[in-house]
Amino acid sequence: MLIVFFLPHLLYFSSYWSKILKMKKDNKPDNTAFTQQRLPAWQPVLSVGIVLPLFFIIGLAFIGIGIGLLITSNNIQEFEEEYTGIGDNSNCYICANNATANCKCTLNFTIAQPIQGSVFMYYGLTNYYQNHQKYLSSRDDQQLAGETYYLKNPSQSCKPYQMDINNNPIAPCGSIANSFFNDAFALYYNNQGFLDEVKLDGSAIAWWTDHNVKFSNPSQTGSNLSQIFEGTVKPINWSKPVYNLDVNNPDNNGFINEDFLVWMRTAALPDFRKLYRRISGNYSSFMPSGNYTLEITYNYPVKDLPGKKKVIFSTVSWMGGKNQFLGIAYLVFGSLCFVMGFILLIVYAKYQNVEDNDD
Amino acid sequence: MLRRCLSRWCGSDEKRVDNRTIYIGHPPGLGTEALLPPKFCDNRIISSKYTIWNFLPKNLFEQFRRIANFYFLIIFLVQVIVDTPTSPVTSGLPLFFVITVTAIKQGYEDWLRHKADNEVNKYPVTVLENGKRNRKESKNIKVGDIVEVTEDETFPCDLILLQSSRDDCTCFVTTASLDGESNHKTHFTVCDRWEKEISFLSATIECEQPQPDLYKFVGRIHIYKEGQDSTVRSLGPENLLLKGATLKNTKKICGAAVYTGMETKMALNYQGKSQKRSAVEKSINAFLIVYLCLLLSKALVCTTLKYIWQNKYGDDELWYNQKTQKEKKTYMFLRIFTDFLSFMVLFNFIIPVSMYVTVEMQKFLGSFFITWDRDFFDPEIQEGALVNTSDLNEELGQVEYIFTDKTGTLTQNNMEFIECCIDGFRYNYRESSTELDGFCTTDEPISKLHEKAGREKEELFLRALCLCHTVQIKEASESSQVDGVDGLTDVTSDDQCSYIASSPDEVALVKGATKYGFRFLGLENNCMKVENRSRDVEKYELLHVLNFDPVRRRMSVIVKTKTGEILLFCKGADSSMFPRVQEEEVERIRMHVERNALEGYRTLCVAYKSLTPEEFEVVNGFLQEAKLALQDREEKLAKVYNDVETGMHLIGATAVEDSLQEEAAETMESLHRAGMKVWVLTGDKMETAKSTCYACRLFQKSTELLELTVRSLGEDSGKREEKLHELLLDYHKKAVQDRPKSKGGIYRSWSSSIPEFGLIIDGATLSLILNATLDTNANRYKSLFLQICQNCMAVLCCRMAPLQKAQIVKMVKNSKGGPITLSIGDGANDVSMILEAHVGIGIKGKEGRQAVRNSDYAIPKLKHLKKLLLAHGHLYYVRIAHLVQYFFYKNLCFILPQFLYQFFCGFSQQPLYDAAYLTMYNICFTSMPILAYSLLEQHICIDSLLENASLYRRITKNAMLRWGPFLFWTLLGLFQGLVFFFGTYQLFQNPALEDNGQVFGNWTFGTIVFTVLVFTVTLKLALDTRHWTWINHFVIWGSLAFYVFFSFFWGGIIWPSLKQQRLYFVFANMLSSVSAWLIIILLIVVSLLPDIVIGVIRQPQGPDRHHKNPAHLRGRDPQSSRSPDRPLLLRTFSDESNTVV
Repeated sequence: MLIVFFLPHLLYFSSYWSKILKMKKDNKPDNTAFTQQRLPAWQPVLSVGIVLPLFFIIGLAFIGIGIGLLITSNNIQEFEEEYTGIGDNSNCYICANNATANCKCTLNFTIAQPIQGSVFMYYGLTNYYQNHQKYLSSRDDQQLAGETYYLKNPSQSCKPYQMDINNNPIAPCGSIANSFFNDAFALYYNNQGFLDEVKLDGSAIAWWTDHNVKFSNPSQTGSNLSQIFEGTVKPINWSKPVYNLDVNNPDNNGFINEDFLVWMRTAALPDFRKLYRRISGNYSSFMPSGNYTLEITYNYPVKDLPGKKKVIFSTVSWMGGKNQFLGIAYLVFGSLCFVMGFILLIVYAKYQNVEDNDD
Repeated sequence: MLRRCLSRWCGSDEKRVDNRTIYIGHPPGLGTEALLPPKFCDNRIISSKYTIWNFLPKNLFEQFRRIANFYFLIIFLVQVIVDTPTSPVTSGLPLFFVITVTAIKQGYEDWLRHKADNEVNKYPVTVLENGKRNRKESKNIKVGDIVEVTEDETFPCDLILLQSSRDDCTCFVTTASLDGESNHKTHFTVCDRWEKEISFLSATIECEQPQPDLYKFVGRIHIYKEGQDSTVRSLGPENLLLKGATLKNTKKICGAAVYTGMETKMALNYQGKSQKRSAVEKSINAFLIVYLCLLLSKALVCTTLKYIWQNKYGDDELWYNQKTQKEKKTYMFLRIFTDFLSFMVLFNFIIPVSMYVTVEMQKFLGSFFITWDRDFFDPEIQEGALVNTSDLNEELGQVEYIFTDKTGTLTQNNMEFIECCIDGFRYNYRESSTELDGFCTTDEPISKLHEKAGREKEELFLRALCLCHTVQIKEASESSQVDGVDGLTDVTSDDQCSYIASSPDEVALVKGATKYGFRFLGLENNCMKVENRSRDVEKYELLHVLNFDPVRRRMSVIVKTKTGEILLFCKGADSSMFPRVQEEEVERIRMHVERNALEGYRTLCVAYKSLTPEEFEVVNGFLQEAKLALQDREEKLAKVYNDVETGMHLIGATAVEDSLQEEAAETMESLHRAGMKVWVLTGDKMETAKSTCYACRLFQKSTELLELTVRSLGEDSGKREEKLHELLLDYHKKAVQDRPKSKGGIYRSWSSSIPEFGLIIDGATLSLILNATLDTNANRYKSLFLQICQNCMAVLCCRMAPLQKAQIVKMVKNSKGGPITLSIGDGANDVSMILEAHVGIGIKGKEGRQAVRNSDYAIPKLKHLKKLLLAHGHLYYVRIAHLVQYFFYKNLCFILPQFLYQFFCGFSQQPLYDAAYLTMYNICFTSMPILAYSLLEQHICIDSLLENASLYRRITKNAMLRWGPFLFWTLLGLFQGLVFFFGTYQLFQNPALEDNGQVFGNWTFGTIVFTVLVFTVTLKLALDTRHWTWINHFVIWGSLAFYVFFSFFWGGIIWPSLKQQRLYFVFANMLSSVSAWLIIILLIVVSLLPDIVIGVIRQPQGPDRHHKNPAHLRGRDPQSSRSPDRPLLLRTFSDESNTVV
């Protein structure tokens, strides 16, 4: 901006100085390519000769990419189960209507084809506006970065979840943290009557930078997490304090709990999915076909939104999760280029004739 | 301005009085009234606008009066007051910058004005008071003070010249700083020998109230002498010394102050030129209103939908997104209003501050190319082109009508005496020059080849030439001449060039007479000295000069010879002379005059008349009376002049050549081919002007001339009007109705099947049309006349008064369709039309600098007009039109995804892009490429623009900024905005886009859209660029690289000062996803495809066609003229993809 504004002045003074330095006697304008608008220039013309091959090349390339994308996308296996518990016959109907904490319900499903490769487990929400402006700004990144001052003095932007009724600071503060997704899942493979637990790995589900740089727990030498968080209260909707989120892994607590990090990366659209676990252990590279049971600890209310909750099992490829759109778009556009190329070719050929007759 | 109003208001009581009375000294015989001298304003000149105290409020007020600034201020205030999603800094900072820079610039300019004012106001002057000479500061001069001025000083206020140190009661001044005329003008004292010291003078001066006309002044002075009756003298402009003029060749003068300070003629003339606004600016404002409506409707739609959406879900309050106490308390209505404003702020980037900055910059920097152009450099005057305003650069590419002066513009105003005709015999100096040895002073006839008139007639004629003029001798050479008048012959070569006159014709005539042996030696003590062939000095007492005026078109002098004979010599245009001389003499001369006129010479007729002393007494009486008149002096004088100048004897005629400007014909021809209509407005006579027109190829042999002159209307003035109407109807039928309608307007066609028309009209007929007496049909005939004119290739208006020139320009300017007009001229008489036209061009010619100072652009020669319009004008227009369209387009596709995002975020005013991107988009990421484009683009190279003038027609009538192209750009913006948003939206149906299964959030969504946006918008400009200099390369690729670099940088650091680290590693993470890469590439290509396709369809011929075209036109191949009628696909369009036809 600055440069833009002072450019004329600079130019003016530079020409002035150059005049003084040279002590020019005549005021004949300088004979430079720039002042005479004769800078050497490349003058491309969008002619048919260039554009036609371009169209065909783009068309071919795009069709190729499109086919590759489609095949990749089709190879990705994805399995989705809804567990909102709206219908009477739904297993989670009771949990959805009784607002008791840690209500358990189970979901049985069958996987017809065995799933090859590592499988990722997502939870999905619909009609949930994580991108609402008020919601989105209701967080304090400085608190979450572990700055001690902000731990006790959360930012105004966290309102109405800045302080509790007794005026104690909430950690982590804000609407996003307060609405942290708190359903829990356990997966069992129905191995000829035995329920074999499928191990779920909750590590590396959040961005590395989030986990290691952007978020961190406040540090205080010689004290454990619960001591550090003394003087703060847990968010109103939470059942467990922040330093006790993961009972199994003490390193996965506080602000750097990976589930929490995933939740804090707000979704772009109201229908979204978030990574929950990676399947590990015996089933990490191969999920056999057969019956599975999903045990859900049902806490998260979505009925009034009205929204849906679902779990998704999916493999990933180099392009990420399953997405037909990209492949189709490439194919369609590639073909369009091709057709366009042909039309142009015909028009051009015809025009050439007309022109020849003309001359 | 304010002060002027104030002074006007204060002076309103004296305004009712037509005259002002000024008391000098203590005039006796006046009652108590005299003790209370009327109050006049002091001699302080104030040209500054501000004082230290009012600078800030006044300057801010002035700046926020501009609609754009005001709009941005409102947006900024809304952001400050209302809790909006974007920070007030995003709009406040650029606005603050614009305002500050402008304020500093204006403050500096005003400081300079203050300094200049102070210099003038504090200038020491000498005032004579009660016999004492007091030094005073200039600002303390009061009306009625007697001021003494010495040589080379400027007059501190308007003075009546009372006393001069010269013996002949005259003084010389130059008015170079007032009207640009650098010649010395003679002013006369109120001719009376003061018996006493002048400071004891007591007198009253009655004169008119201050008025801006420099050349008009009427007044009367009563001089009271002790014990005597008062004497009365008349005062005219020749007695008035104007503030700003400089005293020359006179040791000192004394004068009485009549007008002071802001009432001086200079101050009254110092009125800022009215701001001319270009058509592009009007287009910008129109587009701005469209976008403002778009903005309002977007905000309205969002607000409405927000409340509908909230109703659908019961309340705004979802369990996970509770409101604060404060929000709960606000009233519904206030909430709606706040929401509306927030949406306004969110979408306000659609009208960017930076566009105004960029447009201003483009104009300012762009105008440098005109001053820098070496083709405009004239080695003769060592000067190039001058740009007085940069606001009108693009208007140069839109000109439809050119109004040009003839003398000095089409022609060189370099007068040369060619020949004369005495008593019907032709004297041609050139033909006989072989026999003449320089200044032949022998008694022999000059040319033996031709029959000669009698010697007596010859000498009479030459004496007339030597006497009938207002030429002066330059002082320096005069003094040397006084010494060597008897002997020295070599002086002649020196004082050849030492004649000074306001009109170059007169110098040419006096010099012409020299060639035949009669030399004018100057004026001394009212005595004109002429050296005759036998080297005797003849003295003539100058009794009266009957000045030249453009209505009479002649001037006379009355002189008294030594023998006491009183002679009147008169010279003037033939039409004004012939009715006033003996008829039998006319015929002999008329033939010569007409022949000379046809050859393009300027002709004057010379006549004389001798007056008996009795006759002279009568005439003298009338003249004195008229000169003393306070009111209608001009009319009275003109009447007396008319009465005197009758019954004369025609003695001869002169022919003076005014050669054409360099390349005048070529210039005119290419302007014609560019579709411009050239009107010649001249004060010259019809025949001369007509031949100039033929010489310039404005008229061609095939041109059918329609004449509307006094001659064609017949002599009988009563029936003239009827005849005029008849002719108008007739011509209208011929030129307008019977003309085959062609779509492309009336351009010169080379196919020659359609006859071309040229119109000739003279001043008298024009005033008959414009000020018709028959009111009922006046407008009808006026419009008929206009239609005829518009159908003519060239129009010649001769015998025009300066005001009539402006009238014509105004008439065309205000005609249907509002064509863009350009006036070009070099003299003071062209100023009115230069100011009136859309674009005024001054030529740095011989007639002073007044035209140059009042013009928008000044060029040394007429031939430069071609490049100025065809190359510079064309390029500037294309550049700025593209700039404007591009700016609106790029902000539309910037804001549209943000608008669409509201549908997916519950209309919660969530910005799609990060605040840094919102702020930087217009300032950093996309501003430089378009600025470089708008300064450097040459969609067609300058040489072919000059060669192929008809290219100019493609951009006439604001072709690139009409609603068609605007719609095209808007649709393009809409299309691209939709592609950006929905492409990314579809991708985010599954936000797991990384190969490690991790998901992307809303900021990645925004960043993908923004990346596609920046790349598409920049590459779109790259596609439009036809002229890639290294600067373009640097700026376009540099901008993209800068964007990538900035994004890495912005997301690579935890910014300690920021509350939210929204974009931390978002960009880097995005690039680690193959899908993100693929969608970005796909969306960019999809968005650019329509542009490429349209570009190809419009230009199917390829580059070879490009080179063929100029050749076709140069050879006037009929094929090229057919191009406008050919089908769309086959046409050669400009490479601009935005000209939708």
